[in-house]
Amino acid sequence: MILSCRDIHKSFGGIRAIDGCTFTVEKKRITAIIGPNGSGKTTMFNVISKLIKPDSGTIDFNGRDVTGLKDYELARLGISRTFQDVKLFQNLTIREHLQIAMSDSNEKLLSSIIKGKNRDSQNIQEVMDLVGLDKTFDTYATDLSYGQRKLLDLAIAIAKPHSLLMLDEPVAGVNPRLRSSIKEILRELNSRGESILLIEHDMNFVMDLVDHIFVMDAGRVIAEGAPQEIQNNPCVLEAYLGGSEEESECWK
Amino acid sequence: MIFSAYQTHIFILIFIYIILVVSLNLALGYTGLLNLGHVAFFGIGAYTSALLALEGLTYIAAMIAAGLFASVFGYLLVIATDRLRGDYLAMATLGFSFVVYSLLLNLRDVTRGAMGIPGIPKPTILDFTIRTNDQYLIFVLLVCAISVFIMYRIVNSPFGKLLEATRDNAVCLRVLGKNTLSLKYKAMMISAFFAGISGSLYAHYITFIDPTSFYISELILVLTIVIVGGLGSIKGSIVATALIIYIPEVLRMLDLPSSVLGPARQAIYAVILITILMIRPKGLFGKVDLE
Ligand SMILES: Nc1ncnc2c1ncn2[C@@H]1O[C@H](COP(=O)(O)OP(=O)(O)O)[C@@H](O)[C@H]1O
Ligand SMILES: [Mg+2]
Repeated sequence: MILSCRDIHKSFGGIRAIDGCTFTVEKKRITAIIGPNGSGKTTMFNVISKLIKPDSGTIDFNGRDVTGLKDYELARLGISRTFQDVKLFQNLTIREHLQIAMSDSNEKLLSSIIKGKNRDSQNIQEVMDLVGLDKTFDTYATDLSYGQRKLLDLAIAIAKPHSLLMLDEPVAGVNPRLRSSIKEILRELNSRGESILLIEHDMNFVMDLVDHIFVMDAGRVIAEGAPQEIQNNPCVLEAYLGGSEEESECWK
Repeated sequence: MIFSAYQTHIFILIFIYIILVVSLNLALGYTGLLNLGHVAFFGIGAYTSALLALEGLTYIAAMIAAGLFASVFGYLLVIATDRLRGDYLAMATLGFSFVVYSLLLNLRDVTRGAMGIPGIPKPTILDFTIRTNDQYLIFVLLVCAISVFIMYRIVNSPFGKLLEATRDNAVCLRVLGKNTLSLKYKAMMISAFFAGISGSLYAHYITFIDPTSFYISELILVLTIVIVGGLGSIKGSIVATALIIYIPEVLRMLDLPSSVLGPARQAIYAVILITILMIRPKGLFGKVDLE
């Protein structure tokens, strides 16, 4: 077990975005959180990565209670994540993005001035090859297409030292060809022993990719299991097809 | 000498302002720290250096102390304003420059208030006292070159890239494990340090300072130069400083009566700023958009 969230609650004003969410993620597996839009998947990611403070609940990462840490402290412990809406530094180049990602702390001011630019091009080339982003390193993030930005975002998350990779809708809005190539990248990463937690609202994408699925609806996990179990679970269909909450069997 | 006395004077001001403008650009342009209080650092540096030198401290020590003391205020400014955004941040940093202005005016026991501080000694460096303006020009050129070189190294180093990343997307940088608050502190302190150095050079050149030397009109001038030159461009800041500080010289050649000189200068600054914002919103050499 690498990550465990217990009984997380989080409300925004009157909206209960997360309402008693509990799940655990196993090492070296690909785990997916699926669920309809607005079910709280992204909010859970933000809670885990400390961008949002939960109202209650605890989080363990690598056997350590990380509930009280700051966002950047947790990141240094080894969580790497992407955002649903790709977040990049618009005035920096691909090389600069990846260099920032690879160095795992704040640069020391003095040594940084004296040494000047660092150029570990080899590591950069490796991640670029892995995600299949074929662009010169000096390309600015703003000059990339959406698909390329998505790949750079993934490359950054991979380049950052980590033991858990958290991807928020890694294939949202990308064309079918890129979808399948991203799927292959994730398989490749997993075969190298990476632990991956990803969010996806399209059930079909995860079926032949992941080891374990958590289904979220209305801020909590309503079902979990291997992909086949989830596919045949009536509660999941209920959540996706939008049955009325009171009638559902799943709310007990 | 090659230059007329007046030209020498203008060049000295240009080099002093280059340090001030580049240091503002480091915070505002490179790190994205909106700061309408930058001139306060300049004033703090000028007063610190003048008062310490009058107490008998050697010039170089007084100048470094000026930078360090301004840095302390840079640190305090980040503490006070870190949670603010947008208009509130603008108001708070502007407020900071008012606070410093009124401290300079009202802490009469230390600053002599509105009477200002006369008789600030010319710098003495290793037994050599700078007396003529030609000598001072060489001295400020040297300090300016060193300061700009250091700031240039900073913004082009891996640390500098973290500053730019903080400006572009602080949240994204934090999830990569970087402490953006500490980066902001460092950026603002470096920025304030060099503004303080620049204030010291100014005080010991003019030899008389009072609180009005560090007020709103100076602030507008410095902001104009940074924006005209371009956010996030040291080259732009240098070129724009030279251009804009040189304007009074051009006006002087036109032989205008002195009563219209001041207003004419302000009007020209405004025209330049508006023209630049219309035809080149990113400034002469800038790459970063104004938000
Ligand atoms: N910062 C916020 N402020 C207010 N409401 C929010 C905020 N973030 C998320 N929400 C609400 O929380 C709920 C869950 O959103 P989200 O976690 O983005 O869902 P998902 O990622 O599963 O589509 C939604 O109703 C959304 O409107
Ligand atoms: Mg989402």
